[in-house]
Amino acid sequence: MQSWIPLIPDSASSVSWKVDALFFYLSGITLFFTLLISGTLIFFVIRYRRRTPYEIPRPVAGSHKLETVWTVIPFMIAMTIFMWGVFVFFEQYKPPTNAIEVYVVGKQWMWKLQHATGQREINELHVPVGRKVKLIMTSEDVIHDFFVPAFRTKADVVPGRYTTMWFEATKAGQYHLFCAEYCGMNHSGMTGSVIVMEPRDFDNWLSGNTGNMTPATAGQQLYQTLGCASCHGANGEGGRGPALTGTFGSQVSLANGGAVIADEAYLRESIINPQAKIVTGFGPIMPTFQGQVSEDQLMQLVAYIKSLHVGGQQTPVTAASPSPARAVTAPSPTRNAR
Amino acid sequence: MRPIESFELPSPSKVNYLNATYGLKSWLLTKDHKRIALLYLGSITFFFFVGGIYALMIRLELLTPQGDFLASTTYNKVFTQHGIIMVFFFLIPSIPATLGNFLIPMMIGAKDLAFPRINLLSWYIYLLGGIVTIYALLAGGVDTGWTFYTPFSTTFSNSYVVATGLGIFINGFSSILTGLNFIVTIHTMRAPGMTWFRMPLFIWSHYATSLIMILGTPVIAITVLLVAFERVAGVGIFNPKLGGDPILFQHMFWFYSHPAVYIMVLPGMGVISELIANFSRKNIFGYSFVAFSSLAIAVFGFLVWGHHMFVTPQSVYAGMIFSFLSFAVAIPSAIKVFNWTATLYKSSISYDTPMLYALGFIGLFTIGGMTGLFLAALAVDVHVSDTYFVVAHFHYIMVGGTLMAYLGGLHYWWPKITGRLYPEGWGRFSALVIFVGFNLTFLPQFVAGYLGMPRRYHAYPPEFQVFNVLSTAGASILGFGMLIPAIYFVWSMRYGRHAEANPWHLPGLEWRTQSPPPTENFETTPIVTWDAYEFAPPEETEVVGTLRGEYDRA
Repeated sequence: MQSWIPLIPDSASSVSWKVDALFFYLSGITLFFTLLISGTLIFFVIRYRRRTPYEIPRPVAGSHKLETVWTVIPFMIAMTIFMWGVFVFFEQYKPPTNAIEVYVVGKQWMWKLQHATGQREINELHVPVGRKVKLIMTSEDVIHDFFVPAFRTKADVVPGRYTTMWFEATKAGQYHLFCAEYCGMNHSGMTGSVIVMEPRDFDNWLSGNTGNMTPATAGQQLYQTLGCASCHGANGEGGRGPALTGTFGSQVSLANGGAVIADEAYLRESIINPQAKIVTGFGPIMPTFQGQVSEDQLMQLVAYIKSLHVGGQQTPVTAASPSPARAVTAPSPTRNAR
Repeated sequence: MRPIESFELPSPSKVNYLNATYGLKSWLLTKDHKRIALLYLGSITFFFFVGGIYALMIRLELLTPQGDFLASTTYNKVFTQHGIIMVFFFLIPSIPATLGNFLIPMMIGAKDLAFPRINLLSWYIYLLGGIVTIYALLAGGVDTGWTFYTPFSTTFSNSYVVATGLGIFINGFSSILTGLNFIVTIHTMRAPGMTWFRMPLFIWSHYATSLIMILGTPVIAITVLLVAFERVAGVGIFNPKLGGDPILFQHMFWFYSHPAVYIMVLPGMGVISELIANFSRKNIFGYSFVAFSSLAIAVFGFLVWGHHMFVTPQSVYAGMIFSFLSFAVAIPSAIKVFNWTATLYKSSISYDTPMLYALGFIGLFTIGGMTGLFLAALAVDVHVSDTYFVVAHFHYIMVGGTLMAYLGGLHYWWPKITGRLYPEGWGRFSALVIFVGFNLTFLPQFVAGYLGMPRRYHAYPPEFQVFNVLSTAGASILGFGMLIPAIYFVWSMRYGRHAEANPWHLPGLEWRTQSPPPTENFETTPIVTWDAYEFAPPEETEVVGTLRGEYDRA
């Protein structure tokens, strides 16, 4: 227990000091203007206090010069904050390549997480120091929000679509994980910890928690049991339905003349709402899997499809959408459908 | 220099709007804007204390980290209902429906608003909306947060969402009708000589507010209706399982609810312009800049709703544009603050209670506005959104801004409204208590928020307790401070000293008739030959910081 009261939270990610720097800049500006205004007020209030009940001060004309000064200067200062905020924000939300991927499902009132290597966790997330970690998140019910104050980042977790966030932890330790979007009765109980470990400890933790299938392997089994193989081929090589090998991260041309980058959100949409985007050359014959697969299983199927490479050639597993658009999602999956 | 008493004051008369007719019916069927203002005053005061009791319950629960005082379901209802009552039934109607209703006709030299019957209707609509909402609260309450985020509100909440929504839906029409009435009145009912640029700034700010009321309120009505459709009929609008989009709700909700912030604070800015000018006996520095900044806020206020959604899957480029516009909308508010401060230069400042509130407003509004920049700055907002930092920020605007202005205005016009004086010593004392209590309540929340304490938490990690203890202590002082005016205002209505027509010795039109005014406001229609805040003849005008001849006067 610290004997002093901290004014800023633990700083434990690669962006947290950047957010803090902007925060201090803003605090300085706020302090300056608050002191300027209140100091001037207090000075005037004392200096120009009413001395006799009948005194009438001379009226004063406005000044365009002064108005210009106190319009332009605050605007310029505001623009410095704006630009600074944008630069750090783009970094906060630009999905990284070559990151460790963790799938996150929020539900009232718990966090379910699964590592790409298969380890499952509830309300806890173990990550190594110095590696980028990308979270691919969705919700089973209402909107939640994955918030780690020590990392200075958060993102809404929205039902019906995937959102992503990423961080790179810089300091080992245990940090708060909060749900920051009000989600009902036990909202304040939807908390947990992010446990940041030295890489060697993390490897130990990983090896000590085997026994779970990786999401990709689980997805492969689902692929067989759900009958996907009958159209997309036993190993995703395609058939009546489009080939799945090498699809992830590539550009897919659509029957309606458009094109789409095959990201996680596109794969998810194509499973639960196949009619939304039909691949050129194929018919709208796939049935919907809405309601038949859980969000966990969807993530496993997506993980399996991501693992299918063309002829052993490595496709970048974590290829991100070309823009820094945060929710790699296209518009909500079902919105385009009806 | 001319003595301020130089204009003619009406001879005192025993008949005024309060005693012109008697009986409950004469109040409930009145078409007099001044009586309707008092009907509003009574009802919003009731709602203010209901919302205040909820606030007290919130602060008691948060005194300790464990959720021990209230059950989590109760706590969720309490903070929801605190928000709904305070926003829709206190803050939005507060200044416009009471002070605006009372003073707009008087300040522009009119006998009444343009549509007196519609004015009465809008109070009944407000009352009906209030009764429906109170019914929903008594029947079981609502636990969605005042923001009604979907799909929680449409599918998952087991509380009285539809009934509460209906109350808000109904109440919206009261806002729309009031806004309509004000706009038509300001356009058509000004006394001869009362040109647009002679109008007190209170009128300009209410004009801007009214524009937002009639353009924005229909959107919240539609939004609430869609929530009810999905909840009752299962029509898929917001719930993705039904084919809807939960983020669409947030766009629609904030399209109204951000401008609604300006509905709450713009009238307050109007009150502050009056207080600053009149208690320093000086014309407002840069009158036209202050007037037009109100309109600029009304227009830009409609373009910044996306800054409530920086952590949703809204595109980062949309976020960038909303961030830019949010910085832009801060500038007109800054202009006002600088002009108010400049007005005090070489003025004659009195320390009467209303002026203390006005000075408090400027300080608190500066902090509230500056911390708004933290939230407009994308990277910082990502960290502090949905934390106590946001809670502290908007309470600085809503309580430090609107409520201070409302109390200041109420003290200032109390002699005109009731014909009685409030006890000045108690007034100053309570203004000080409220100022101290307010800061103690909400300053610590900025720190708790940056440390990461999420809002709407019933229980929280123990390291945040120290800030919550400070907050609760502050809230107790604040609550105590609020009780003092409640007591002496009621007391003064019967025992207060009689007020003269112009107890503050001011040039405004509302002071050129008896206190309380007669039903028709003025014995004869006034003819206006002076500018707003003209304490001394214009030829004595001093020019500062500029070249002579660069006058900004209309």
